[in-house]
This record gives sequence, C-alpha cells and structure tokens, in this order.
Amino acid sequence: MINQIPMFIDQLFRYTYLQQALVASVLVGVICGVIGCYIILRGMALMGDAISHAVLPGVVVSYMIGASFFLGAVVTGVLTALAIGYISQNSRIKEDSAIGIMFTAMFALGVVMITSLRGTRFDLWHILFGNVLAVSRTDLLITVGIGVFVLIAIVIFYRPLLLSTFDPTMAKASGLPVKLIHYILMLLLSLVTVASLQTVGIILVVAMLITPGATAYLLTDRFPVMLLLSALIGVVSAISGLFFSVVYDVASGASIVLAASILFLLAFFFSPKQGIIPRMFRKPIS
Amino acid sequence: MANNTEIIVDHLSVHYHGNLALKNVSFSINEGNIVGVIGPNGAGKSTLMKAMLGLEKYTGKVTIFGKKIREVRKNIAYVPQRSTIDWDFPVRVEDVVLMGRYPHIPWYKRPSRNDKRIVNDSLRKVGMEDFANRQIGELSGGQQQRVFIARSLTQNADIFFLDEPFVGIDVKSEEIIVNLLHELRNANKTIFVIHHDISKVEKYFDQLVLLNQELIHAGSVKDVYSAENLKRAYQGSTTFIQEGKELVVVNP
Repeated sequence: MINQIPMFIDQLFRYTYLQQALVASVLVGVICGVIGCYIILRGMALMGDAISHAVLPGVVVSYMIGASFFLGAVVTGVLTALAIGYISQNSRIKEDSAIGIMFTAMFALGVVMITSLRGTRFDLWHILFGNVLAVSRTDLLITVGIGVFVLIAIVIFYRPLLLSTFDPTMAKASGLPVKLIHYILMLLLSLVTVASLQTVGIILVVAMLITPGATAYLLTDRFPVMLLLSALIGVVSAISGLFFSVVYDVASGASIVLAASILFLLAFFFSPKQGIIPRMFRKPIS
Repeated sequence: MANNTEIIVDHLSVHYHGNLALKNVSFSINEGNIVGVIGPNGAGKSTLMKAMLGLEKYTGKVTIFGKKIREVRKNIAYVPQRSTIDWDFPVRVEDVVLMGRYPHIPWYKRPSRNDKRIVNDSLRKVGMEDFANRQIGELSGGQQQRVFIARSLTQNADIFFLDEPFVGIDVKSEEIIVNLLHELRNANKTIFVIHHDISKVEKYFDQLVLLNQELIHAGSVKDVYSAENLKRAYQGSTTFIQEGKELVVVNP
C-alpha cells in the first residue's frame, strides 16, 4: 500500500475532481468531528442519526423545486428536531421512541418522493452513500460556506455550548436559553449533514459525527483538546479513506468511515489512559 | 411590605402532569441566613428550589430582594446535586470552577487574568488548589462537592442554592463546606441548602423550611425543629424522641 502513495499524489496533481474530493472530505472531517464532540457529550448519538436521515425529504423537495439542497435540508432537519421535542414533552412517549418514530417517518417520506422521480438524474444511491469523486465546484463552495459558518458558530458560542452541555441546570439558572441552544445545535447538525451528503452520504454521516469524537474522548481529559483531536482524526480518516478508495477502486464514503473505525479501535485498545491494554498493565488482576 | 433584604415565597404551587407537587407554600427569609430545606423523599424540596430559581412553572409569587428572579440571575449561584453530573466529562477542576465566571464574561472576550485569579482564590478556599489540573472524575465525592462549591464562590453571588451538598462526602470536606457556608453567612449572603436527613440540622442551619408537599413550618431552627413538626412532615417514616432539650432521631 505504501508504494501506492506516490501514485495517489500524482493523480491528485493531475485531476481536479480528486483535488475537490480531497478538500471536501477534509472539510467534512473537521466539521463533523467538531459537532460530533457535542453530540457525544450530550448523549445524543441517536439524535445525530435521526437528523441526518431526516434531511432526505428536504433534499428531494429542493431538487424538485430547484432550490438549494441545504435550504431544504435545514428546514426538514430542524422541523424533525422540533417534532421530536414536541412528542416527548407532550405525551408519555420517551425521547428515544420519539426519535425512532420521527426519523424513520421522514426518511420513508424521502424515499417515497425519490422513487416517484424515477427516470430523472436524481440518484438515491449517491445521496444515501455519497460519492465524493463527483463533488462539483458548486458543491465544494457550499461545503466551504457551511464549514466556515459552523466553525464560527462554535467559536462564538463556545462557553454557552460547553456550560449547557456539562451542567444544564446551572446553565438555565444563570439565564442561558438552554432549549434554544439545543435547537441551534440541531440546526448546525442539519447543516453538517448536508455538507457531508456527497462525501459519506446520509446513512454513514453518523459515523463521521460519532466515531472521531469518541476516539478523541478516549485520548484526552480536556474539552478544547477533544475538539481539536476529533477534527484531526476526522481529517486523517478522510484522507486515508479517500486514498484507499482511489487505490482499490471501492466506495469512498464507506472507506472513510472504515478508516475512522480503525482509528477508534486503536484508541480503544491503546489509549494511554483509557485504553484496554494499558489499563490491563496498570491494574493487574488481583 | 416587601423590603429589599428579604426573599419572599408567596402562595407558591407547582403541578407536575396534573399532580400537585407543592401546595400553597409561603415563607420569607431575611438575608444573612443559612436555610435548610428539609423534608422526606418526594416532599418537593428540589421542586421548591427549581421554582424559586425560575426553572419550573409555578403559580404564586417569588420575590428576591424586591425583584423577580429574572432580574437577579447574575446574583444567584447554584450547586447541583452530585448525581446529576457526568463525571467522565472531559473537564478539569479549574475548567469547572471557571464556569462560575461565564455569566460575567462577555461573549466576545476570553477569560481575563482577573477571572483566573478568582478561580485560584476559590480553589484555595475549599482546599483544592493542588487538584486544579485533575479530571473531575478522579476526585473523591467530597472533593467533587468542594469543586462545585468553589465554582459557586467565583460567581460573586448574594444568594446560593445547594442541592444535597452533604450526601456521600467525607468528614473533612463536610467541615470545610460548613465553615465556608458560615463565612458566607457572616458576609450577609443567603444560602438555601436542600438536605434530606435530619441529623446535624442544628449544626448546619440558622433557619429551616420544613416541607411535605405543603409547608409544615418555616422559621428559626429552634422553632421548627421539634418532634411535633418533624412527625407531621415525616409521618411515621422516622421516629423522634424528645429527651429533655435534646431531640433524638431514630431511623427505622
């Protein structure tokens, strides 16, 4: 595999589509990694899965009326988050069930709409699993725009986000709008999902949200470090996944996710403080 | 009439999904007191605190120094129950204590040197300065509680709300916390403490609010802490024996 690297770099210089794919994957690695830290620490992995699936009907409607993908996705993503909150607060249905109901409903709606469009250019497979090698210049610009927006939001709201994640009661007592912050996070999550559509696709976005963050979580005790590490792990997964997919001609999104999973396994076993193996040596079985 | 040194709870009721959790609670507390909020499990102690903090919908009126809670939020510090915190969270002791400064730092600024000095001073007051760089899960229960007390100190508040601060902590931590609370009281701060067991009540508090869904009695410890009042609040779940001046609590 090592001697394929010069070949990969050579292709990278020659083909614009590959350059665009690389930039898009790296960006997705960064923003998914960062948002993912909040998703993990708030115990919202299922919510991340839900919102990413729920953007499907929005994307299809945008396509049908010729609007921008990300507008439709944000609308359906945030609507789904609101509906989940409404159901769990106004009935005896608990939140995880509400999530299960809403996201499958939205996803099914999206699939029905797509199949009604049979014969057009709209490719369900690409939306579901991504195809980073087909990233166009416009797609890339949108991804860059979303990436910048998300990162600026994270920097500006760093303290409110951290406090409401760590200690929501104190956050509320000190006057922070904790509910609003939740929905802002859902909005950012919808944006990140749209940005990732072409790279890893709807089904696997949740892996890019959870896996790099979880890996970073095993490696550090400091939140800012976790954010940086998670972004870095996202980037490393994106580059090595793309490399693997080009060299062996396999699906790009799934390769990126697999790379992230391997990094997670390494951290799980070998992390200095939390890893299974260092812990085994530290505390001999008595 | 309401004067500006009082915290007044007036006919406060809270409903949970149609069930009454607190019924018609009224009392007033002067500033410069340590107030124990006591009562059996399910008596509505946390509900009362949340309502007073404006985190729970209620009917009635809560007036703090002549103002509504919304206008005095920056003046209030809250210490959560230890069991509500995720101790695996990737924050260190000094990060948690710094959170007490967040309400005072404008969004466009970074924590200043002054904020960091306040954090260090607070850590020293609770005897945790040597643990500043530890992840919070590596501490003992008492140390964890002291860290959250240190956080509340950095808020420069006049009113403190502590939810079960004495549960599962060591003797040394308890002593540090009790002394600190007395110091705060002597500096004219008002401290509300939710406390579920009735031992040591006289050692900890100046005033008591005794609850069991409705107010049993509120006032100075000496007025409230009687076998008769406690029996009404705990209704047979605990036995009290009056031995001369001493009140003995026997948990079944």
